Amino acid sequence: MEEHEAIVKNRSAALRAALPATVPVMTGYLCLGAAFGILLRTAGYGISWSIAMSMICYCGSMQFVGVSLLTAAFDPFQALLMSVMVNARHAFYGLSMLEKYRGTGPVRPVLICTLTDETFSLVSTLEPPEGVERKNFYFWISLLDYLYWQVGCTLGNAVGGLLTFDTTGLDFTLTALFIVLLLEQVKKKENRAAGIIGMVCTAASLAVFGPDNFLIPAMILLLAVLLGGRKKLCK
Amino acid sequence: MTSVQALITILAIAAGTQFTRWFPFWLFPEKKDPPAVVLYLGKVLPPAMMGLLTVYCFKNVSWLSGTHGAPELLASVAVVGLHLWKRNVLFSIAGGTVLYMVLVQAVFA
Repeated sequence: MEEHEAIVKNRSAALRAALPATVPVMTGYLCLGAAFGILLRTAGYGISWSIAMSMICYCGSMQFVGVSLLTAAFDPFQALLMSVMVNARHAFYGLSMLEKYRGTGPVRPVLICTLTDETFSLVSTLEPPEGVERKNFYFWISLLDYLYWQVGCTLGNAVGGLLTFDTTGLDFTLTALFIVLLLEQVKKKENRAAGIIGMVCTAASLAVFGPDNFLIPAMILLLAVLLGGRKKLCK
Repeated sequence: MTSVQALITILAIAAGTQFTRWFPFWLFPEKKDPPAVVLYLGKVLPPAMMGLLTVYCFKNVSWLSGTHGAPELLASVAVVGLHLWKRNVLFSIAGGTVLYMVLVQAVFA
């Protein structure tokens, strides 16, 4: 019985630690999710479609691409291929989390299924507070982020048109979140070079390939530079 | 598009996404130690990907026309400044976002 109580206590402590950490993602996801819900409605898909799509896909930018796929000619193979291309960066998140997600037991599939940009940025940068189990901390961050996205998409689809408060620019929370977490990462000296390499490779690729096609070349370039500079970066 | 076709399209998008999330975990199962190079990537990729994501957020900024990215740059500088000053994640993000909203809604509107 005592053991059970300790587990429950640890879980609620993990939730209390995860909640404030995810507030920026909440703001961003409510905002972007609502934008998605509204867009899907204007494409002729109502509330049940919105819920189904955000629950099953849970893939931010690809869901926006998905709206245009739903209004084009039926081509599931193209949809699959595009989804892999747009989301290829997730594979790098998995690579980064191999060690941290090791031994997380029954919550491991949940952690992997819900590894978005924002969730990755939190779980890869933040350490659980003392006394909170790693897997519980990661679990609550992942689950809360997932729920925020569902609420945002659903509200947007249901009542998005009724909003009178001007939310233009509110989605800057996610940009700010990435900037802050980048700063947290490069606080450690050994991370500094990799952070700069990430920015430079992406900016170079963006300049060459333009905003619609730069992500895959950026990842290839990034991987090449990181592997090529391994000896120097390991020092 | 019929409802069935729409559902298949949604499932295809979900399958593609899930594939990208599961792939590294299939490639390097929990029970085996991943090769040293993968452990190395696991260490350097988080800061590198955070750099990528930060730049990614600026992909649609038109530097040569309109506001020349002024609201984005000013708000970003504010985020960095606030964060180096107080090291409080929520404070830095809230400050930068409020400034950005004021800039795009009132100043550069």
